[in-house]
Amino acid sequence: MEDRKAIVQLKNITKSFGDNQVLKPISLDIYEGEFLTLLGSSGCGKTTTLRIIAGFETPTEGSVYIEDKDVTDMAPYNRDVNTVFQSYALFPHMTVFDNIAFGLVEKKMNKKEIRSKVMEMLELVQLHGFEKRKPSQMSGGQKQRVAIARALVNSPKVLLLDEPLGALDLKLRKQMQVELKRLQKKLGITFVYVTHDQEEALTMSDRIAVMHQGHFEQIGTAKEIYEKPQTKFVAGFIGESNLFEANVDIISGNELELMMENGRVKAKGEGFVKEEIVYISVRPENTHLSDKDVDGFTLKGIVKDQIYVGSVLKTIVELPNGKEVKVNNHPDAYVYPVGAAVTVYWDPDKAVVIHTKEDKMYDAIEDAVLK
Amino acid sequence: MKEKKKKERKNTLPILCMVGPTSLWLLFFLLIPLIYVVVISFMTKGAYGGVVFKFSIDSYKRIFDPLYLTVMWKSIVMAFETSVICLIISYPFAYMLCKVPAKVRGILTLLIMLPFWVNGLIRLNGWSNILRDSGFINTLLMKIGIIDQPIQMMYSEGAVLFGMVYTFFPFMVLPLQSSISKLDQSLIEASYDLGARKVKTFVRVILPMTLPGIFAGTIQVFIPSLGAFFISDVMGGGSAAYLGNLIQNQFLVARNWPLGAAFSVLLIIFTLVVLKAYSKVGDLDDLA
Repeated sequence: MEDRKAIVQLKNITKSFGDNQVLKPISLDIYEGEFLTLLGSSGCGKTTTLRIIAGFETPTEGSVYIEDKDVTDMAPYNRDVNTVFQSYALFPHMTVFDNIAFGLVEKKMNKKEIRSKVMEMLELVQLHGFEKRKPSQMSGGQKQRVAIARALVNSPKVLLLDEPLGALDLKLRKQMQVELKRLQKKLGITFVYVTHDQEEALTMSDRIAVMHQGHFEQIGTAKEIYEKPQTKFVAGFIGESNLFEANVDIISGNELELMMENGRVKAKGEGFVKEEIVYISVRPENTHLSDKDVDGFTLKGIVKDQIYVGSVLKTIVELPNGKEVKVNNHPDAYVYPVGAAVTVYWDPDKAVVIHTKEDKMYDAIEDAVLK
Repeated sequence: MKEKKKKERKNTLPILCMVGPTSLWLLFFLLIPLIYVVVISFMTKGAYGGVVFKFSIDSYKRIFDPLYLTVMWKSIVMAFETSVICLIISYPFAYMLCKVPAKVRGILTLLIMLPFWVNGLIRLNGWSNILRDSGFINTLLMKIGIIDQPIQMMYSEGAVLFGMVYTFFPFMVLPLQSSISKLDQSLIEASYDLGARKVKTFVRVILPMTLPGIFAGTIQVFIPSLGAFFISDVMGGGSAAYLGNLIQNQFLVARNWPLGAAFSVLLIIFTLVVLKAYSKVGDLDDLA
């Protein structure tokens, strides 16, 4: 990944609206041809980041580079990027054809060329024959395709998508996710995609940048983000997770034995020191139960509930301190009945140990800002 | 089915109460006088003024007298000029109104509406005091020594145009503002995003999207300035003759009521034609 060419570079960007700092200093390299997703809940700064790349917002500090050129103060109409807006923003007074041709007309391309390009684009987004319609005569999904075609026809260096599927129903959204990914692969254009939907991010992205309160929590592939969350926020935000606070007790190589309020557990990790307070994150599908003793694990609880959700059977175990642990099993697997006393354990390789330090620091900053 | 009918009947009384008074008002103060005007326009002029109830189309024949046609043409040109100037002045102003903070917008809107609290005739006489030969501006300029002869500003076509623009300007601002404020900001961003600079964005997106406001404003200025008579009276002096003055003169001075009524009918028909054209062109339902 390192030797790939960065097409967009954000360098120490901050953005404040009045007293409200939306972006803490953030830096990010977006590589040529990749599908990068900015993932986060509303208000985390992901849309602001996208608008800074598009040129609709000027960063308070820091600079933006597109193809090694400083574009920080360049107007949006001079940038080689195009945006697919959340609300589509199709021109209601123009036909589908004129909407898609808008950018090409600005480039003073000749009519014949425009026509062939627009038609090709309509074919690509499967809207052949819709060119004479007005946006008001089209469904949400169709408008979305027009918006994508209108941006892509300009062959941008980077396509920016601001929650483009937010307004569509679930089935259509899934279908469009696949189509967008297909388009991106086919055209080889860099996509920067903003969403709050973690499943969407995991499905489509080459890399995901998880944003929280104006900074990046973690940037990595879907697999890295899911399997090796680096912060408590990422562990909690992406998928389901059992999160424990623990004290590092014994370190031998990369094997850790940890002490928790309700018992001892094992995990693996490097760079930790004895007596350090850490978080342990374990996915429910990697969490297991046993009625026998398990080497290194003394975390005991009572099975409280069994929930059947189709593809998995969820078992909820209550620990003595009242904390609940989620365990996912295959529906056909043997599960302990409600009321059974069990030991909670996991493969130490599958547990992720996270430093608490940084989170504590962010919490402190947050508290200071809120006060 | 029966149930539904019963329900409908039940609704009749409240509906009658709501619509009734207005309908009666319109019947007595609009429709009946209007019919009366139409009827009079087909009657004969009495020897000493007044109306003799004898059918005749003389008045309509006289309308097409070249003298009157010139007056009508002048009126249409004046109304058109007023509309265009109002539009050019109002558009940037209305656009700015939509951009400023709500508090400032409130104050500016109040400033536009404020003159309406004073009678239009009085306001125009105020202007006449400022603009006439011995008025404020000329006196001031002569005192300073910039001019030694007063500049003739009043009693000209320009003065009438000024009065018209001054009087009808707010009628243009308000529909424009309502149209511009409805403009979706993301459309402007989309236009920038697709490479259109500010002027191009204005021509290709903002202007067509605010056409309904432009049409509505133009109509609201054009129609009243076509029939206005007191503005040309005050600002143009007695000699200025526009359609409004013509009608006023036929009723009050020449005492030829049938001819005055015929001009009124013509004005009404012309207004209806303009309105019809507006509803055809201005009804851009895609923009709603």
